[in-house]
Amino acid sequence: MSALVEIRSLSKVYQRGRQRIEVLHHIDLEVAPGEFVALMGPSGSGKTTLLNLIGGLDSPTEGTLAVAGERIDRLGQGALARWRATHVGFVFQFYNLLPMLSAQRNVELPLLLTKLSGSQRRRNAGVALQLVGLADRATHKPGELSGGQQQRVAIARAIVSDPTLLVCDEPTGDLDRQSAEDVLTLLQRLNREHGKTIVMVTHDPKAAEHAGRILQLDKGTLVQSEQAVA
Amino acid sequence: MKFLHLIWGALMRRKARTAFTLLSVVAAFLLFGLLESVGSAFTQVGQSIGAAHRLITAAKTGLMTPLPVSLERQIHTVPGVQVVTSETFFGGTYQKPSNFINVLAVGRNFWHLNTSMRLSAGARRAFAQTQTGVIVGAALARRFHWKVGDQIPIKAMIYPRKGGSYTWTFDIVGMFRDRMTLREQVMFFRWRYFDEAAQFGRGTVGWYVEQIGEPKQAGRIAQTIDALSSNSGHETRTQTSSAFAADFYSQYVDLGLIVHAIMGAVFFTLMLLTGNTMAQAVRERTPELAVLKTLGFSNRAVLSLVLAESVLLVLLGGALGLLLAGATVHVLQGQMGSQLPMLPVAGAIWLRGAIAMVAIGLVVGALPARRGMRLSIVNALAGR
Repeated sequence: MSALVEIRSLSKVYQRGRQRIEVLHHIDLEVAPGEFVALMGPSGSGKTTLLNLIGGLDSPTEGTLAVAGERIDRLGQGALARWRATHVGFVFQFYNLLPMLSAQRNVELPLLLTKLSGSQRRRNAGVALQLVGLADRATHKPGELSGGQQQRVAIARAIVSDPTLLVCDEPTGDLDRQSAEDVLTLLQRLNREHGKTIVMVTHDPKAAEHAGRILQLDKGTLVQSEQAVA
Repeated sequence: MKFLHLIWGALMRRKARTAFTLLSVVAAFLLFGLLESVGSAFTQVGQSIGAAHRLITAAKTGLMTPLPVSLERQIHTVPGVQVVTSETFFGGTYQKPSNFINVLAVGRNFWHLNTSMRLSAGARRAFAQTQTGVIVGAALARRFHWKVGDQIPIKAMIYPRKGGSYTWTFDIVGMFRDRMTLREQVMFFRWRYFDEAAQFGRGTVGWYVEQIGEPKQAGRIAQTIDALSSNSGHETRTQTSSAFAADFYSQYVDLGLIVHAIMGAVFFTLMLLTGNTMAQAVRERTPELAVLKTLGFSNRAVLSLVLAESVLLVLLGGALGLLLAGATVHVLQGQMGSQLPMLPVAGAIWLRGAIAMVAIGLVVGALPARRGMRLSIVNALAGR
């Protein structure tokens, strides 16, 4: 089966004044459809940069990056935004929910960019909230939810438009052990039962164990790839 | 419309700040509404009196200098002049000095030159037959709860009666309506009564109004009329009625300049204040805007959201301000009547107000919106 994410000789260089910082050096990586990959490594190793590139939030300096056969490294800003809206779901460490909107409205956000009617949007958001076990909290605002619940709302938002790929940046980094476990179990379920391909950045080896494969990054280079126990 | 909750949510993020900004917008547009109401009233007077076929002849030295009544016959002989009438400013107060009323003594052809006034034939007859008769504008009658048949004592501002009393008693014989709403605040009585009863000023009128057949001949006719009095003790100046109205009001104040100066200062301050609020609001929400972009909102969509937020804020405040201005004008007109020439805050003022609101909203939202549009997702999410 061909890879969902296909990365060839990918480099990312940031220019800070006169200083040239090479964050990623010629990365080669393939992620198969339905795979759950954990990206680990010390701070500054380039994990989040690689995740941002895979999610189409940033563009590489060199190399090629294709998702589902589409060369996203060639897309302009507008096209990349449209691509993100339909192909990727994002989960952040600090949830990044909009505080003035209810859980339901937060989950509906990606659907505002579609042609779905208001009632269809509400129905789809309701289904996504049900899937993460928060149907009864639909009218609650983020401030009225615990960290774990907020992260589950963020996951509902990430899956509501049914993307093929989920990119998660330290999704359990701000959670207590139990909430982290709930979130990881949920991600694992989405991967196994719903076939979502997941790329997750984490510092936590226990979190990484929920993935099917663990990749180690160091100083911008992939140094190790191993199958996880899970 | 599907983004409205998102825009509203952004505005409600800091309720106190939004409320204070809204208040400043309300205050600015309240002032705008009031000044526009006064300005429109003056403009309406100029435009409606200013029918092209009408000329006004007043003393060259000013409106308060009387002209001899004998001039009317001479003006009537000028080729092109169809009808001549006279008006004399009388003025007066009712019951207390603050109840000022615009009272005019009018000549016999007055009705021929004021066809926009709606008055019953019976009232016209009664006016012609009653020495002390007055006809009263509907708005003025409402203000003082007058009705036909009432006898009303008016204290004259300038002219005492023979014997020295300043109190003139009039009989209301009719009420009129006029599409020129300001005129409904005026009261008219017969010049003949004035001429017989006044202690001084007999044989004189304030100014003449002429109806001419051909507007293109206005210049020539005006010159001919003025030539009648040249080198006399009462030289005249004849103008079109719109020029006359403009001159009349500019004696007191250059209203347009004042209105524009005040509104310029108010809107400039408003733009600084609202612009600062918007900039602060967008700076605070940088991570949220980055999230929207992450989810697939395009640069243009983010730009539009911020601009819509800013326009909505000004539209809300502006609409409230104009509603308040409308209510204030209503109350003031009820209390002060013709002392304060104001038009209701309606169609044209709302239209100009809406244009100003949208323009201010776009201007104050432009910089923050551009900032939101151009933010880098990666930097914003990383808090850089």
